[in-house]
Amino acid sequence: MEPRDFKAPLLEKFPFLAEFAWRSPFPSFYVPADRLLGVASFLRDDLGFDLLADLAGLDCSELGRTPRFEVVYNFYSITHKDRVFLKVAVEEAQELCEVPTMTGLYATANWYEREVWDMFGVRFTGHPYLKRILLYEGFEGHPLRKDYDIRHRQPLVPGAD
Amino acid sequence: MNSGLGDTPILTTVLDTAVTWARKYSLFPMPFGTACCAIEYMATVGSRFDVSRFGAEVVRFSPRQSDLLIVAGTISQKMAPVLKRIYDQMLEPKWVISMGVCACSGGFYDNYATLQGIDQIIPVDIYIPGCPPRPEAVIDAIVMLMKKMENGEDLARRPARVEQGRVTMQLPGETVPVAKLAERT
Ligand code: SF4
Repeated sequence: MEPRDFKAPLLEKFPFLAEFAWRSPFPSFYVPADRLLGVASFLRDDLGFDLLADLAGLDCSELGRTPRFEVVYNFYSITHKDRVFLKVAVEEAQELCEVPTMTGLYATANWYEREVWDMFGVRFTGHPYLKRILLYEGFEGHPLRKDYDIRHRQPLVPGAD
Repeated sequence: MNSGLGDTPILTTVLDTAVTWARKYSLFPMPFGTACCAIEYMATVGSRFDVSRFGAEVVRFSPRQSDLLIVAGTISQKMAPVLKRIYDQMLEPKWVISMGVCACSGGFYDNYATLQGIDQIIPVDIYIPGCPPRPEAVIDAIVMLMKKMENGEDLARRPARVEQGRVTMQLPGETVPVAKLAERT
């Protein structure tokens, strides 16, 4: 099937979506965290975005943007061969640093969200098993945060560097 | 010494030499390949470079059946205890070749995840620089190791300990940090 224009129906249904431009030919929108799941299920069920291709975290503290964190969702439609990005802005404060989990809609979100938790410390509320996935038990902090000291080591073998 | 073998006083030396000669030409490598360097090691074992010309082609993926640990690849902090355990499981005498900059020093992975050189946790006999080193360099390292074995120090047990963040090695009469060994030659 040919790529199609899905932007019109999407914006018609969710007028609060804020489009933003970056180095990508694909439509990209900011979405408030509490509306995320509604938009995602519309993308999946009505617009045919059947694959959550990627989910990443972003620490914007050196980009001069607030709030500090963003979570980026990358949806792909295998049938229509097109793509859409959603972004959720996340506050830095410990009790606000969370996003609803996508695992109920896309099973692939499970490990992605664990990775974002591991690296950035963004919590995904409702996630069935929010544990570190790449780093080890007992690791303190979240290393892809910009304020994590690049020379700080947490060796598992005592005395190693 | 009345051993019934004549009056040759150098019996043990001769035996050591014979044993060393045999060991030298029948190294059983245990490849600890965790990244791209392992591919280059495979090329070394393959028919073009043919490490069997040097008697080191019987690759054992079992630490208890091998005497040469070749660490080929990046060692993450998470992998470090595994490497240490593999090394500890190998029987003496045993040797270690650190292949590639990742294994030698962490290479360009100077970050939270990567061990900054395997000599932080185990003693190393030969370091091979390069990213990745060419198979010729690996063969060169094996030949260097054979020369080292000829010197005889290989039959001594070399217990290593981690002390205040540094691996130290017990040499006759003294304890030397591994990092300082190079300065002594
Ligand atoms: S030294 Fe280079 S080739 Fe070898 S494991 Fe590291 S990055 Fe890969």
